Amino acid sequence: MPIQYYIILAAALFCIGVAGVLVRRNAIIVFMCIELMLNSVNLMLVAFSKMHYALGNAANTGAPVNVGTDAQLFVFFIMVVAAAEVSVGLAIIVMMYRNVHSTDINFLNRLKN
Amino acid sequence: MNLAYLVPLFPLLGFFLNGLFRNLSKSLVSIIGCGTILISFIISCILFFDVRSGGALPVHPLFPFINISSFKIDFAFQVDQLSSIFLLIITGVGFLIHVYSTSYMHEEKEEHFARYFSYLNLFVFSMLLLVLGANYLIMFLGWEGVGLCSYLLIGYWFKNDNYNYAATKAFVMNRIGDVGFLLGIFWMLSKLGTANFTDVFAHTSQLSSTDITGITVLLFIGAMGKSAQIPLYTWLPDAMAGPTPVSALIHAATMVTAGVYMVARSNALYSLSAVAENLVAIVGIATALLAATIAIKQNDIKKVLAYSTVSQLGYMFLGLGVGAYTGAVFHVMTHAFFKALLFLGAGSVIHALHTQQDMRYMGGLKKYLPVTHITFLIACLAISGIPPFSGFFSKDEILAAAYTKNPVYWVLGVIGAGMTAFYMFRLYATTFLGEFRGTEEQKHHLHESPLAITIPLIVLAVLAAVGGFVNVPEVFGGNAKLHEFLSPVITTEKTFELESSKDFMLMGISVAVAVIAIVIALAKYIKRPELGEPKGLGKVLANKWYVDEIYNALIVNPLSYLATFFKNVIEKSGIDGFVNGVGTFVQYSSRRIRLVQNGRVGTYILLMVFSIVVLFVIFWNQTNIIGFFQKIF
Repeated sequence: MPIQYYIILAAALFCIGVAGVLVRRNAIIVFMCIELMLNSVNLMLVAFSKMHYALGNAANTGAPVNVGTDAQLFVFFIMVVAAAEVSVGLAIIVMMYRNVHSTDINFLNRLKN
Repeated sequence: MNLAYLVPLFPLLGFFLNGLFRNLSKSLVSIIGCGTILISFIISCILFFDVRSGGALPVHPLFPFINISSFKIDFAFQVDQLSSIFLLIITGVGFLIHVYSTSYMHEEKEEHFARYFSYLNLFVFSMLLLVLGANYLIMFLGWEGVGLCSYLLIGYWFKNDNYNYAATKAFVMNRIGDVGFLLGIFWMLSKLGTANFTDVFAHTSQLSSTDITGITVLLFIGAMGKSAQIPLYTWLPDAMAGPTPVSALIHAATMVTAGVYMVARSNALYSLSAVAENLVAIVGIATALLAATIAIKQNDIKKVLAYSTVSQLGYMFLGLGVGAYTGAVFHVMTHAFFKALLFLGAGSVIHALHTQQDMRYMGGLKKYLPVTHITFLIACLAISGIPPFSGFFSKDEILAAAYTKNPVYWVLGVIGAGMTAFYMFRLYATTFLGEFRGTEEQKHHLHESPLAITIPLIVLAVLAAVGGFVNVPEVFGGNAKLHEFLSPVITTEKTFELESSKDFMLMGISVAVAVIAIVIALAKYIKRPELGEPKGLGKVLANKWYVDEIYNALIVNPLSYLATFFKNVIEKSGIDGFVNGVGTFVQYSSRRIRLVQNGRVGTYILLMVFSIVVLFVIFWNQTNIIGFFQKIF
């Protein structure tokens, strides 16, 4: 598949994420949108990695090359870190709900002071 | 070792001691104030005798004052025949005035007393700097110094607005003259590259006639301001706002003689420019006559004396203009004696009458103030040019020189001399003769002044009486010692040959005019002093020809309207408006923008995204980003 498809998909996902963060007030949905943005970037990483691997193999005729393969590993690390992050974030949201009985982020305007 | 540096050093020391330590007792202040001047006077005497026996002392630079590549001006003092005479006048008469002040100012508070003496010392210091400087720049330092001190002393009673106004007037008028003086120095520096007296006078041949005329006229403008000549003379009568000894110091020993000194010092330049010489002479004689007419109708005892100073300075400049430089310096000397005496005598009268200065409320003081009366009479005779008092010799020398140059000058000069005699004896008659016209209480308190006042009067009276004998003209069998003494400095003295019979005739006429004027004045004012308001021409004279009003209408008021315009329109609306506008804009916009920071996370994120988009748009055109995307797609 041409790389453009991946880019357009990732850009679309990212924009949906941005829009969701901006317009939604529920903290959990905002959080999910952030994850969406993160994963769209992840998708890009994987897609570009695949592209470079293909280009490297096409140019080379001899020994096998491993150009672009690092990202395929990195993406798992990123997903693991993101999962850990999500657990922390969700924990915060749970604590917030316990305190104020709401997950509305506009309710949390104490940054003002 | 050169003693010349010590002469101004002591008054400066006195200034610092009296000025910095305000809680000194009055007697200590008096001792410091008078003592420093006395030491200066003693050193001046030593210097004078050195110069008399061995000629001018060599000029030793104390330190380089301005040193920029090839342009070099030293801080150097020059003691020669001319400056040594001025040193004696300044420190000698200055010392007597200081002694007089200790008694005259004794009712002042301690801190003001110390302030007064510190200013007085600074005044003497500045004047010494002026006459000792070996180049025009050091002279200019002293020149500015006396201007400053005159401001400080005229406005000594600073709680009175009128006095402050008089002080400001003196300062501003002097400053107008100083501009001319400074421009003259610049012109000289640009053409010759030096301002040292010896170098300038040795290289006059390098200057074109335009240069010489320009420089001398500009320097003379400075002298007009400092020495109170037309058109810048009006500050001097107003300077009467200061304490009386200050007037004596300004009028006799320091300040106003500066212009005469400067022109006499620059005689090598002035004698090369006929234009400048004529200008000096015409301004001098015009001032002499104008001031004399005004003096006739003044009722304030100090104002009469002030205008007489202006008039006498006019004579000095007439002398300078016709080439009688020695005569002018001689008149400076005799004038210092009798004018200091007149002012100190007037001060003694004012002191006796408890600050009454109006002659209409005096009269008959002869029997109450015998010492003041006798000394004042001597001074009046001296200034009127009655032989053998000092004023006769000096004034006659100037008039004789004026006659050889142009008889018209002589005729005008004799008329002025007649008026001088008239107004001086009008003053004398209304003050000392006739009946006392003050209040009974004043009459009860009339007393002769203490010794600290009368002794300076007596010393000055002796000097005013015999001071003329240092330069007895050859007609009387004298040998004109001052001429001989000053000849190394005043190289361009015009020698004038008059047959002795003609000389006697001229003297006879001027003395006769003076005597007639005295007789008329005495006859007119002993019995019937002018008590009412003057009418007709008298009113014009009493109002000083309305010169102050004319100046106000022509110069002061338009300038003040312009200043008001600038203050109200340009300053308030323009500059203030702009500066305050910037401030208001920042304050207003910050008050609006602050509302964005409302603590809501959503707003912050929105702004963040918005900013990123903006950055993206801004950098969109940059080739590397375009290239990056081009490479991808």
